[in-house]
Amino acid sequence: MNRRDWLSRALATAGVMTLAACERAGQAGQRLLVSAEDLTRRAQRLIIPRDALAPEYDISEISSDFRANGSIDPAASDYVALRDAGFADYRLEIGGLVERPLSLSLAELRARPSRTQITKHDCVEGWTSIGQWSGAKLGDLLDEAGLKPEAKYIVFYCFDALTQTETGPRYYESIDLIDAYHPQTILAYDMNGETLPVPHGAPLRLRVERQLGYKHAKYIRRIEAVESFDHIAGGQGGYWPDRGYEWYAGI
Amino acid sequence: MSEITAETAPDRPTDGHPDRPLPGGRTDTYRHPPLVRISHWLNVVAVVVLIMSGLNILAAHPQLYWGLRSTFDDPWVAFGTIPSWVMLPQGRNLAEARHWHFFFAWVFVVNGLIYLAYGFVTRRFGRRLWPTGADLKGFWPSVKEHARFHFPKDDEARTYNVIQKLTYVAMILIVLPMMLITGLSMSPGFNAIGGILLDLMGGRQSARTLHFISAALIVGFIVIHVGLVIWTGLYNNMRAMITGWFVIEPSPRKNEGDPS
Repeated sequence: MNRRDWLSRALATAGVMTLAACERAGQAGQRLLVSAEDLTRRAQRLIIPRDALAPEYDISEISSDFRANGSIDPAASDYVALRDAGFADYRLEIGGLVERPLSLSLAELRARPSRTQITKHDCVEGWTSIGQWSGAKLGDLLDEAGLKPEAKYIVFYCFDALTQTETGPRYYESIDLIDAYHPQTILAYDMNGETLPVPHGAPLRLRVERQLGYKHAKYIRRIEAVESFDHIAGGQGGYWPDRGYEWYAGI
Repeated sequence: MSEITAETAPDRPTDGHPDRPLPGGRTDTYRHPPLVRISHWLNVVAVVVLIMSGLNILAAHPQLYWGLRSTFDDPWVAFGTIPSWVMLPQGRNLAEARHWHFFFAWVFVVNGLIYLAYGFVTRRFGRRLWPTGADLKGFWPSVKEHARFHFPKDDEARTYNVIQKLTYVAMILIVLPMMLITGLSMSPGFNAIGGILLDLMGGRQSARTLHFISAALIVGFIVIHVGLVIWTGLYNNMRAMITGWFVIEPSPRKNEGDPS
């Protein structure tokens, strides 16, 4: 090996090492930034009582232009078939870590304990719309199914894929039991006094009023109680959390 | 405005660091204790990151509204494209910008609380920043002097003048806390306990607009503050905020006949 070869190899090695160091520093910086997310979530859990209610509004304050965001008309064939039949064959499956898995039609869901509330919907992008929601109380449904002691999170699997393709990753979200049992947490089937329209998540969407819009999963297909969501999709507990957004979206 | 002499200067805060005379009638005086200097520079980093990441967050929905909700067809303000170079990270990235924003929001709040506690406990605030009655009476003369780009020298430069005092007090006690209050009022989680605050802001979209206006006031402050730092002596001012020591120039009147 002559001197020039040696020099170029040394430079190349130094270059690779510098790049690796930069990347490590970048990753450490990224971890540091994301560490604040945990602090923010803990601070909110600390200062906000578990049953504190999100503000509710007067009927006159309902938005006439409530924005539909994300998926507004899912293209998956299983959804299209249900939608075309007016969701008559729709059944909500509640399973996972429960004693008595449930399979409920919309009529059966409407017969369950419900709540109606006029709340604001705060999108992570920054806008707000106000709407009235009626739906089955999630906590009561979970009690009916009987959560096993290991259950820590409730996962919502949805029909929609933002790619609008059959095989694209389907939307999903998850919440912990504090939010699942919060009195305002409902599976909404009505919006503004009418059947929930397709752009807003027909036949069923989650309302979890103390978090940002992307947590309010639309087009719910199945609910699963789990001990951990590490094994689901990207492992961060939701479609957007898998793409860098906070799992706990209280701010 | 009557000249403040060493005898009449009220309770001059030397923080245990007596003046150091310099050649040419100049005086090196101790101005900023370590905690003030450290919190100042931490605040610089936090505020710059917060503004730049805030602009990236704004870019996700560059319209502002007043009231409880967005009226999409009738925004109060609609911004065009926000240039990439003012945003952090560069280029639109809402998820990443939010990580930056909330990390440095913690830095901003914790640093600010420590600074405020220090200012009140040591009574530094009252001594250095709170305008006295005499200060307020001298407000218009001081404005006229500033408008002519005449800045206090000599013993008058020892303490902040009335415009400085009012500006700093307004920033520290109104505008910077407004950032936190309006920011928290946009949090659907915090709204569950801070409903009164949300009502006070006039609803979430008003809170968002006020958050932007407060940020704009901070940007305005930074432009003027940095401009004056440069105009009145970049080296001396930077040295003061780094080492704590500030050089007071003698007034030209006294300089007459001075050999140096």
